[in-house]
Amino acid sequence: MGFAFDLLLALALLWSAWRTLATPDIFRAVILFIVFGLLLTLVWSRLAAPDIALAEAAIGAGLTGALLLDAIGVLRGRKKS
Amino acid sequence: MTSGLIFACAGVVLFAMGTAGVVLLDHLLRRILAFNLMGSGAFLVLIGLAQRDGMPDPVPQAMVLTGIVVAVAATALALALARRLFALTGGYGLPQSEAKDGND
Amino acid sequence: MKRFAVALLAALFAVALIAALLELPAPAVDLPAAVGAKMAESGIAHPVTAVLLNFRGYDTLLEIGVLLLALIVVLAVAAREEAKQPAVADPVLQTLARIAAPLMLLAAVYLLWAGAFRPGGAFQAGAVLAAAAVLLHLAGLAAAWQKPGKCLRIGLAAGFLVFLAVAAGLLVEGALLQYPPAWAGALILLIEATLTVSLGLILAGLFLFLS
Repeated sequence: MGFAFDLLLALALLWSAWRTLATPDIFRAVILFIVFGLLLTLVWSRLAAPDIALAEAAIGAGLTGALLLDAIGVLRGRKKS
Repeated sequence: MTSGLIFACAGVVLFAMGTAGVVLLDHLLRRILAFNLMGSGAFLVLIGLAQRDGMPDPVPQAMVLTGIVVAVAATALALALARRLFALTGGYGLPQSEAKDGND
Repeated sequence: MKRFAVALLAALFAVALIAALLELPAPAVDLPAAVGAKMAESGIAHPVTAVLLNFRGYDTLLEIGVLLLALIVVLAVAAREEAKQPAVADPVLQTLARIAAPLMLLAAVYLLWAGAFRPGGAFQAGAVLAAAAVLLHLAGLAAAWQKPGKCLRIGLAAGFLVFLAVAAGLLVEGALLQYPPAWAGALILLIEATLTVSLGLILAGLFLFLS
């Protein structure tokens, strides 16, 4: 049971990472990266590392996502004007 | 096969994927994403390998915790540089890679 | 062609590394046992916090230094853009931010306190503080930071300076960051509290100075 869940989680992690790199739309890539961060949070809790899971949820998925989305907003806003 | 070993192997694949992404992608934001994937892969190997017998190990956990915070600082720095480059040149990629794309 | 070659090399690299991982012998040093043996002297009841701030305290000292350096470089590099008017935010988002921000502050204090004996600590608390600042900014309740004033500069540097002062003070006693067991708990709490404030400000600054 645990083994199957780990395998599925690892596959989902790799799939989201692959889509992050391969998606043509950059905005979608950043959203997939945030999904990747949330899946990684699950992985840390599976590995009995709740400290890292807390930090990853707040930093990896939250702050990095906000930084990247803000950067996209600047790049796109300038392009249109 | 313990969960530590499974995720260590996933981390290796992630690292290889990120390396290929950093080399192949031209858009700077995408390179930053790929660089972050590389970092996450390295963290997974570090923790998964140390816990491959199934026992939690606080030493690599503390190091990865430090690493995550440094990674977000590095990402912010890279984004600041990318935005500065965009403000100066109006391009998303490094100058040489864009010139090469033009010649292709 | 180049794309194919790089993908092939990366795949070969991954296969070789995984083969090496599976062949790896058991480690010669039992680190969890070593940490467990010294836990009583660390002044902290949670192993990860003990490793972060006591056994490998210099890692954390260098880390906060790196963060401060990153923020200084961001400040130097960031283009002085004209101050953007904060977009008129959704009233629902504003109300939610007004309710969530104090709760996030409370959660940060709890995480800092909990770090002594269960998962939590300065890093997570600092990250939650920074997230609260980012949320307030996105809801249009807090303006982006233009230039750090005197108070902000002190807050940004306090964590690094206090940690450095404690390390320098303990150098008189002997080794770097080797706390006397009687004082360890109090010193670690002092360092963690200033680290939380500085980390929160630095992480928030990485977002707010840029936007």
